[in-house]
Amino acid sequence: MVDIAVLVKQVPDTNSKIQISGDRVDLSTVKMDISPFDEFAVENALQHKESVGGTVTAITVGPAGADKVLKSVKALGVDNIIRLDCDDYMDSNGLQSTLAQEISSGGYDIVYCGKSAADTGAGSTGPGLAERLGWGSVSNITDISFDGGLTVTSPTEGGNAIIAVTLPAVITCDKGSIKVRKSNVKGIMMAKRAQVDVKPVTTPESSVSIVSHMMPPAKPAGKKFEGGDSAQTVVQLLRDEANII
Amino acid sequence: MSETIVIAELSNGKMSQTTNELVTAANKLGTNCTIIVPCSDSSIANDATKISGATKVIAAKSDVFANYDAAAWAEAIDTVAPSGIIITSASAQSKDLAARVAARRSISVVQDVISIDGATLSTPIYSGKAIQNVSFNGDAVISVRANVFPPTENSGNCEMQVIDTTGNVSTAVKEMVQRASQRLDVSEANIIISGGRGMGTPANFSHLEEIADKLGAAVGASRAAVDTWDEIPHAMQVGQTGKTVNPNLYIAVGISGAIQHLAGMRSSKYIVAINKDADAPIFQHADYGIVATWEEALPVLSSSLSNLLG
Repeated sequence: MVDIAVLVKQVPDTNSKIQISGDRVDLSTVKMDISPFDEFAVENALQHKESVGGTVTAITVGPAGADKVLKSVKALGVDNIIRLDCDDYMDSNGLQSTLAQEISSGGYDIVYCGKSAADTGAGSTGPGLAERLGWGSVSNITDISFDGGLTVTSPTEGGNAIIAVTLPAVITCDKGSIKVRKSNVKGIMMAKRAQVDVKPVTTPESSVSIVSHMMPPAKPAGKKFEGGDSAQTVVQLLRDEANII
Repeated sequence: MSETIVIAELSNGKMSQTTNELVTAANKLGTNCTIIVPCSDSSIANDATKISGATKVIAAKSDVFANYDAAAWAEAIDTVAPSGIIITSASAQSKDLAARVAARRSISVVQDVISIDGATLSTPIYSGKAIQNVSFNGDAVISVRANVFPPTENSGNCEMQVIDTTGNVSTAVKEMVQRASQRLDVSEANIIISGGRGMGTPANFSHLEEIADKLGAAVGASRAAVDTWDEIPHAMQVGQTGKTVNPNLYIAVGISGAIQHLAGMRSSKYIVAINKDADAPIFQHADYGIVATWEEALPVLSSSLSNLLG
């Protein structure tokens, strides 16, 4: 029996356009969704439970709107859903200490999360949380097996490492060969009625502050050629103009 | 100004030029740059003593550095870098380590920095669809993207100290599996040629491989290609839900340029696009666009490269 926590985050749909209003990103018209890599974390957590027994608790940090993401994973078979109620910016230090408190008091054996969130792309939460808890961690896993103990596959320079993991541990998940399940009508109906366990948190002091957001600098227009034969011209330009081949 | 510490980036057991770029970044952020070289054999650290802009090299010697274990590496590095602003590369492994080291010291980490202006750091958010500028106070751990800052010269000569360190390993590597193909991974390559669904069938990726071999390039793919064909593994996927890359040259073949894909490769230094649809969004981001089918363009590309590169 394992007590499993899975961290999920609500982010803008990855197909959405990001707009800036003033000097801040404006997400008011953007469709929000679960961060894609978190879906693989949820799948691995559910498979872990199905393999050895236990419970899966999904945890998010965010405002009430983030309940949607918790309900979507509840529909997939997660047992408990917890939202740490906070709508303020937290730096990595603040976020990880908030999560570390929740994981410690919850008595979990293992934490799964996505390899990075689709908004910041940082990938700091998993390893940083593990360090604060004094746990081991493996990042960016692409495969997992539960036979004879937890074994994960993680990319290394030139190949993959197959790693035996001792619990407690934090595992951050990439897509790899993992196929995620879809929710069914019964799951969705049950999730609708499910209660989110909302816990208040005090926003920790932050040593990092957001100064501004901006669009990436536009690239000057390039050169466009018609027809396959122009590949020869482009090769010459890559040598003479760009100096890269 | 704070003291700065650069964690050396190694590649295939050698000092990577990325380390010189990290020193450039460190000198923008503070003073007295110390390079820490995590190693099991300190001879590899000798190369770091030549890096201009550094004042000291510490070869942090430990058996734990033979294989990557996040917990043990952070512990071992922390013993030789107890204070100061720490700068690492933004490779997957170094970002992981950066987060660990920061958490160990209860300080914040800022990942994927692409520009430093005084104490303001810029990082791409939403996979580069926007840029976030942040300021920080006190010490922090900062990971810096490769190919962004100019490398310092190798004309220095600073002192080197070897310090034995140790850490508690929490995971056990059962097996190392070498990649079947000798070709580079997209995350390691300076040149990438990627195919999309416009390639028609996964078998046609062999034409991309042929060109990749001439250029020493990695072969990548769009999400559409990875999702459509089982033969194209997710490891090849470039984009917001795949890998974010910034090589010197990115060649997109039969890729329309979905926002998802652009997010993962738009910061490449030079972009070449080959697409039969003249209105494909990819052309707005290409330095050199070729409006043609891949069947028309790739043979010419291949023979021109052969003529040029021999």
